[in-house]
Amino acid sequence: MKYVALVYYQEQIINAMSEQEWHDLNQECIAGVERLSASGNYLAGQPLQPTETATTVRVRDGETLVSDGPFAETKEQLAGFYLLEAHDLNEALQLASRIPPARFGSIEVRPVRELPPKADAGEIS
Amino acid sequence: MDKERYRLDTLYREHSRRVQATLIRLLGDFELAEEAMQDAFVAAVQQWPLNGIPDNPQAWLIRTGYHCGVNQIRQLSTARRRAHLLLPTDDALDLEPATIQDDALRLLFTCCHPSLSMEARIALTLREMCGLTTEQVASALLMKPSTLAQRIVRAKRKIRDARIPYAVPDQEALPERLPDVLQVIYLVFNEGYSRSMGSHVVDVSLTKEAIRLGEALAALLPKGEVFGLMALMRLNDARRDARQDSAGDLVTLDEQDRDLWHQEDIRSGIKWLEQALALTPTGYYTLQASIAAEHSQASSAEQTDWGRIVRLYDALCRRNDSPILALNRAVAIAMNGDPTTGLQLLDDLAHHPQMARYHLFYAAQADLLRRLGKQDDACSAYQQALLLTTLDPEKRFLLKRLNDLEQSA
Repeated sequence: MKYVALVYYQEQIINAMSEQEWHDLNQECIAGVERLSASGNYLAGQPLQPTETATTVRVRDGETLVSDGPFAETKEQLAGFYLLEAHDLNEALQLASRIPPARFGSIEVRPVRELPPKADAGEIS
Repeated sequence: MDKERYRLDTLYREHSRRVQATLIRLLGDFELAEEAMQDAFVAAVQQWPLNGIPDNPQAWLIRTGYHCGVNQIRQLSTARRRAHLLLPTDDALDLEPATIQDDALRLLFTCCHPSLSMEARIALTLREMCGLTTEQVASALLMKPSTLAQRIVRAKRKIRDARIPYAVPDQEALPERLPDVLQVIYLVFNEGYSRSMGSHVVDVSLTKEAIRLGEALAALLPKGEVFGLMALMRLNDARRDARQDSAGDLVTLDEQDRDLWHQEDIRSGIKWLEQALALTPTGYYTLQASIAAEHSQASSAEQTDWGRIVRLYDALCRRNDSPILALNRAVAIAMNGDPTTGLQLLDDLAHHPQMARYHLFYAAQADLLRRLGKQDDACSAYQQALLLTTLDPEKRFLLKRLNDLEQSA
C-alpha cells in the first residue's frame, strides 16, 4: 500500500541553522533515502523550495486566478514529501518517524487514493 | 423451545464478540464482519432447534459467518463502496483456539490505535469490545446516538482506508503501544467514575465494563502494567459508595466513612497489585495502585503512611513530567506533616498553564492555607476554585468549605 509522508516544519528554524547544521541535515536526509530505497520502501520524494517561492492557482467561473504565496498561512510549512510503500499504517508511521525533520517539525502520513479505472467513452452519461 | 431460546441468548452474549473479532480478521472489514456475524446467528436460530447445538458453537458460528461474508463479497465486489473488499484465500480460515483468542487482542489494539481520536477510541472499544449497542454507548457517554454512530462510522472508515493493521504489536513495539490500550481502558473507567456522580442515572456501568476489559486483557497479555491498572481500578472502585453522601455531595478521601469501602474489592486490588509488583519494571499504573493501596489499608487519613506515599509520588514524578502528579505530591508532603513545604511547592506550580484553569489546584491550595490558619487567603483560593468548576456536586462541596471557613473566622 502506498502512503505519502508530507514533511512540515517552521521555515524559520531552518533559516536559523548554521551552514554546517544545514549541510548535516541534508546529508542525513540523503542517507535516509538510501536506506528507504535499499529496503524497498522508497517510491519517490522531493524536498521543496521555501514557501516564499510558492504561487497558487485557482480557476473560478472559467477565470484563472494566480496569487502569490502558499494556499494557506500555517504555523508550519510544507517542506517536501515522500511516497512510501508500506504494508500498513504501523509500518508507514515507523518509516515516517525516521525522517529527520520529524525531530523538529511534523510528518503527516496519508494513504494514497487510487483513481477508479478509466471509463469507456460510451459509459459517461 | 423457550429453553433453546434462552440458550441462544446466552450463546450470543458469550460468543458474539469473539465471533465478530475473528470475522474481522478473516474478512478484513468491520461492517462486513458485523453483517456476517448477524447472519450466522440467524442461521443458528433456524438450524439449531432442528439439528441440535453443535459441539463447538463458536467455531460453527465463525465458519458460517465466514461463508456468509465470502458470499457477500462475491455479490458486492463490483459496488464502488465495497471496492476495497478482497476475497480471502482458503487458508485464511484459521480457527486454532490460540488464534481466536488473539483476535480479541487484535481488535483491542485496533480500536485503541493512536491514529484515531481519543473519542473514537473510547466509542469503538465500548461498541466492539464490550458489545454495547450504539444507544447504550451514547447514553453512557451522554451523547446523541446519531453523533456517536457517525463517529464510529468515521473511525471504521479510517481503519479501512489508512489500513490500520488488525494486529497485536510485536514484542519490540509492544512496550510503546500497550500504554495506548491501558489509557483507553482507564479513561473508560474514569468516565464511569465521574458519570456516576450526581443525579444522572445510566443503565451501563462504564466502571464495570472497564474492569471486565482489564480482566480480559490481563488473561491475554499478562504484563505488570496490565495488572497494575487492574489493581488501581479495583482499589478506586472499592470506594464507590463512600465518595458521595446521601445528598449526592462529594466526600473527600480523608472524610470518607471507611466502613463503606468494599473490602472484597480491596482484597482483589491488593492481589492484582502483588502480581504487578512481581514483574519489573514497575510502571505508572502500578505506582498509582500502590498509592491507592496505602489509602485502602489505613484506618483513617491520620493513620496513613504519608511518608511512603510521598516516596511513591517521587518515583511517579521522576517518570512523568505531569503538573497533576506534582500537585498530588505537594499535597502528600503537606499531609506528611510539612504543610509549609507543600504550599511552597504549590506556589511553584501556580504559573503552569494547566494549573491556572484547574479547580482542584486552587482547592488544594485553599485546604493547605486553611490548615495553616491563613483564613483570608484560603477563602479567596476557594472562590477561585468555585469559579472554575462546572460540576454541581463539586460546587456544593467547595461552597460548604467556604461557608465553614467564613463562619469560623
